[in-house]
Amino acid sequence: MVQEVSTRDVYGQTLAQLGAENPDIVVLDADLSRSTMTKFFAERFPERFFDCGIAEQNMMSIAAGLAASGKTVFASTFAVFATGRCFDQLRMSVAQPGLNVKVVSTHGGITVGEDGFSHHSIEDIALACSLPSFTVIVPADAIETAQVVRVAASTNGPFYIRLSRPKTPLVYPSDYHFVLGKAAIMRPGSDATIIANGLMVAAALKAAERLQQGNISCRVLSMPTVKPLDEAAILQAAQETGAIVTAEEHLEHGGLGSRVAQVVVKGKPVPMSLVAIKNSYTKSGKPEQLLQKCGLTAEDIEAAVRETIRRKWRDATIAESP
Amino acid sequence: MEELVQMARRLRRHVVTMIAQAGSGHPGGSLSAADIITALYFKELRYDPTNPQWPERDRFILSKGHAAPILYAALAESGYFPVTELSTLRQLGSCLQGHTDRTMTPGVEMSSGSLGQGLSFAIGTALAGRLDKRSYRVYALLGDGECDEGQVWEAAMAAAHFKLDNLLAIVDHNGLQLDGSNREIMNLEPLADKWRSFGWHAIEINGHDFPAILGAFQKARQIKGQPTVIIALTVKGKGVSFMENKVEFHGRAPTAEEMAKALKELS
Repeated sequence: MVQEVSTRDVYGQTLAQLGAENPDIVVLDADLSRSTMTKFFAERFPERFFDCGIAEQNMMSIAAGLAASGKTVFASTFAVFATGRCFDQLRMSVAQPGLNVKVVSTHGGITVGEDGFSHHSIEDIALACSLPSFTVIVPADAIETAQVVRVAASTNGPFYIRLSRPKTPLVYPSDYHFVLGKAAIMRPGSDATIIANGLMVAAALKAAERLQQGNISCRVLSMPTVKPLDEAAILQAAQETGAIVTAEEHLEHGGLGSRVAQVVVKGKPVPMSLVAIKNSYTKSGKPEQLLQKCGLTAEDIEAAVRETIRRKWRDATIAESP
Repeated sequence: MEELVQMARRLRRHVVTMIAQAGSGHPGGSLSAADIITALYFKELRYDPTNPQWPERDRFILSKGHAAPILYAALAESGYFPVTELSTLRQLGSCLQGHTDRTMTPGVEMSSGSLGQGLSFAIGTALAGRLDKRSYRVYALLGDGECDEGQVWEAAMAAAHFKLDNLLAIVDHNGLQLDGSNREIMNLEPLADKWRSFGWHAIEINGHDFPAILGAFQKARQIKGQPTVIIALTVKGKGVSFMENKVEFHGRAPTAEEMAKALKELS
């Protein structure tokens, strides 16, 4: 049985450790500290924790003012509020001046489940990636989350880090080492490559396992850093496997898939498929039901890989025909 | 006081000249704030133009970013950069952007232009000062039309909640916004009472009267346990007769002819 650990719990715990190590770390929340788990920091360092109430716009500009005064600021709320609700504040107060603000959101994607579309964050990666100075990361599990939070704390500049509500399966070995802007090869393979992040890494590994039973050798790349992307790993995958499938818990537009497609199209065009939420809003339901309804399961990834490989073969046949 | 009056006149001349040369900009809100800015930069604020990042400096945050020209004029006359730079306003390659940009101009604390964010940014700066046990004070200048933005009131609530007595907000209450008067477009009154009900100490003054402005600054320093706001009643376009109380000059540059006429009035 795969162990499941909450990424937001690990975020909160890591933040509290960082607070002890670095007196310049200040944490803000918008009345969700019991859900984002910044409460662990708040309990240990109440003088460096500011609850801004339900006022995300104010929180992000306060974060900018603190950062402009030399603080390393973590600002947390739910993903859907952390981006759309205060996009202009992120743009003008944080991104343009390149201030040292780490926006760490929880409850990303649709696995918030029953709360419904108002709480389903399906555009946040697109919004965050559109901000020029932002680094954008979607960790796959708790092991990675702890390292990502530490790297963000020690790297100057704006970050957007998206975590989930439910516990997520551990996908990395305990000796995993996160490197900013680098993909991790989770599984070797030569017929196609699945590039995934967040919860979808576990689904991608499951899909690759099933494909292997049908003698399809599928590489799995975990791509935690959505911006800047590991272009070399993508181009190598395109070159060596000739077919790419991306998988993300986000809209098809502006997320991991469309960013990978930009790299593929420019550097090494090969058949590609995007496993992502299509152009619509979502409904209330259990997380597993919603993942199924939105086409974000291991079976969906498997089908996408088979379809993409068929296109690769077809292209090869056309190229060889006289 | 006479020196401040002279300096304010000089800054107003810079504003009119810069905007006329640039061919675009917002003269009205720069001229209404000219006396407040003069009092701040030539009497009130502690700063070192040779070291814009001096940690103990008082922070001035221009939230109404379209009044950038009056801030640039004050920064130049304070020695942050040569006065000759002012003629490059809004040109490609200039350090003087159309709205303030903290990455481009020495002495500019915050990038601004999208309204409503400066008071929140000032709160962050004031909280940092308190955490670091520094004695600097934080000053934020807002427009009255800007107070239409909901974020201003989020910040008003938070600054009082955090008991930021090292923070002073100034509202340049010239009564006009782009589409017309505050009263016609979005009524703000009773403005001072609104701030009071949010937990602020509010002082209403004539924003063109130096003894009143300096007196309010002094009073604000004595208020403990809560932030202070100065509601400065001003005249949009103040100092240039044909711009005074004219909505038209919120965001229109004077022509060469109008510039000459204005400079004559300000001589």
